[in-house]
Amino acid sequence: MAAYLVRRISYGAVTVLGVLFLLFVLFFAVTNPDDIARKAVGERARPEVYVQWKKNHGYDKPLFLNREYAASNAKRYTDTLLFEHYRSMLTFDFGRSDADDTPIADRLLKGAGPSLSLTVPLFILDVVVAVAVGLFVAFFRETLIDRTVLVLCIFTMSVATLLYIIAGQYLIGMLLKWFPISGYSGDSSVIWRFLALPVIVGVISGFGSDVRLYRTIFIEEMGRDYVRTARAKGAGDARVMVAHVLRNALIPIITNVVIAIPFLFTGSLLLESFFGIPGLGAMTVEAIQGNDFATLRTMVYLGALLFILGQILTDVSYAIADPRVRLS
Amino acid sequence: MTSAAKADAPLLEVANLTISFPGDVGLVPVVEGIGFSIARGETLAIVGESGSGKSLSALALMRLVPRPGRIAPESRVRFEGEDILGLPVPAMRAVRGAKIAMIFQEPMTSLNPVVTVGAQVVEAITLHESLSRQEARARALEMFKLVGIPDADKRLDVYPHQLSGGLKQRVMIAMALAMRPKLLLADEPTTALDATIRAQILAVIRDVAARTGTAVLIITHDFGVVNEVADRVAVMYAGQIVEEGTRHEMLRHPKHPYTQGLLRSIPRPEARGGKLEEIKGVVPRPGQWPKGCRFHTRCAFAYDRCVAEAPRRTAVTATQGVWCHFAEEGRSP
Repeated sequence: MAAYLVRRISYGAVTVLGVLFLLFVLFFAVTNPDDIARKAVGERARPEVYVQWKKNHGYDKPLFLNREYAASNAKRYTDTLLFEHYRSMLTFDFGRSDADDTPIADRLLKGAGPSLSLTVPLFILDVVVAVAVGLFVAFFRETLIDRTVLVLCIFTMSVATLLYIIAGQYLIGMLLKWFPISGYSGDSSVIWRFLALPVIVGVISGFGSDVRLYRTIFIEEMGRDYVRTARAKGAGDARVMVAHVLRNALIPIITNVVIAIPFLFTGSLLLESFFGIPGLGAMTVEAIQGNDFATLRTMVYLGALLFILGQILTDVSYAIADPRVRLS
Repeated sequence: MTSAAKADAPLLEVANLTISFPGDVGLVPVVEGIGFSIARGETLAIVGESGSGKSLSALALMRLVPRPGRIAPESRVRFEGEDILGLPVPAMRAVRGAKIAMIFQEPMTSLNPVVTVGAQVVEAITLHESLSRQEARARALEMFKLVGIPDADKRLDVYPHQLSGGLKQRVMIAMALAMRPKLLLADEPTTALDATIRAQILAVIRDVAARTGTAVLIITHDFGVVNEVADRVAVMYAGQIVEEGTRHEMLRHPKHPYTQGLLRSIPRPEARGGKLEEIKGVVPRPGQWPKGCRFHTRCAFAYDRCVAEAPRRTAVTATQGVWCHFAEEGRSP
């Protein structure tokens, strides 16, 4: 297991290096630092301002060891943007925002709280509801209950999330006035009032596909021989479903669930921007709209990093749930 | 029924058992109107090719016929004088595993892969008896020793994938017999095992059942198994019993052409080098059973009456019966 983990982590490290290269190509070769600087200072800014801005943000170096490098007064390969890109990302020294010059590290710290306060309850509720409903309809498979829930799932899957957001804000926020339409508060006693609506919308828009997936997993497990053995021992329906079917289905469920855990940190792009939650998802959307390349680059990099982390976490939890993996 | 009469009555009586599955046009019977009985401590073997309905018949005794199959209302299963098919669900659950237990063909997949084998045996005990974990574990250990699992103490804490097929089947037997059931249903318990392990497992079933006084219903397609363990034999073909009798009668004096064919298709050491006989064709599928005698399409001796008319049971001796027109007419095929 330890050797396997080391191998997985080193694969992950290689992947990170590759991701960083692609990021570099996308951010500095496809759009170049000159464009970024010009957009930041404005078309009509004086040349000194433009040059100074480039210098402040570290965009004044040659891209890599090319003709530009030979013409500049750079002395070493460390004076290139490529090297600087790898150095800053790998050491988590993200620099300052292109939009408002605040340190990106500060923005990450500030946004993580609101993001987690939305995504953690949403994630837990989604998993609990989807697993419980999935187990329930799997038990009643091929009956009216099962078909009704399936139709409901397909219906909720077919409606765009945006519609849920708008409908939720209109019905629950405006007409019923149960919860505020949008907004956020750091005060922990009222925070739930702001989070209720986005969490409800998030669960409704996500649960259809999850219920269907879990139902399939459960039904597959229910057909296995050991389930028949459990019944032949005299186990009742509840015991068969929970102690045997659910316990075995945990293995595929974990694959689906654990990989999402790191992404709780980066928040939800849609829900945060529509419900005015000042999290990292909203920050990312703002960065896209405001040409804040430094922030965007950081978020894409962190997303890739978290994805790789999620995969490694999945492997570890897989081993915990399945003795056949753990003991081999 | 007086208690004396009850003690005399067979442990299990099955009559008119019909199991059907919904098909394109209504219910298609897979087992049709079979009947047999098992006395206390007796071993009955049901023999037949794949698709003859023998496994389903065993599952029906536990009311574990897989959905959407159903047991016809006119079927009767009496166990210790009690109507099994009419029992409420909780009472049926109390029978399963405690009074009637079952082991299956595939020991590889019949155990829960993520639970230790000891815990699975403990579960079989604590589902029926409120014992402490230690007491249940002690019973599980005792059962492991009884079925001949070496290093039983350590083996309680391993997972199924760490055991060989033969050991897994021993675990299944230990689990099935942990509550000292009156009847053990063994559905092809040796089919998935190596030939060398086969004899050991049969010996375990025979010896442990004899020691605990458990009656056994063993399902097999192999007359070798019959010879090892059975007291009586019933041969099934296309959802019906075609011949029944004691082991000696069935092995020495089979009357039905199908039983005779099955016996001739066993490889024998003294017939080495000769051609092994086979019964041509396959068992017709449910819903496609021919009229008359269902075996007539594969029977070398079939004549017009076999095509037209289903045979009735003819008693050959007090214990042997056969469903064949030849026997009915007092001729031999």
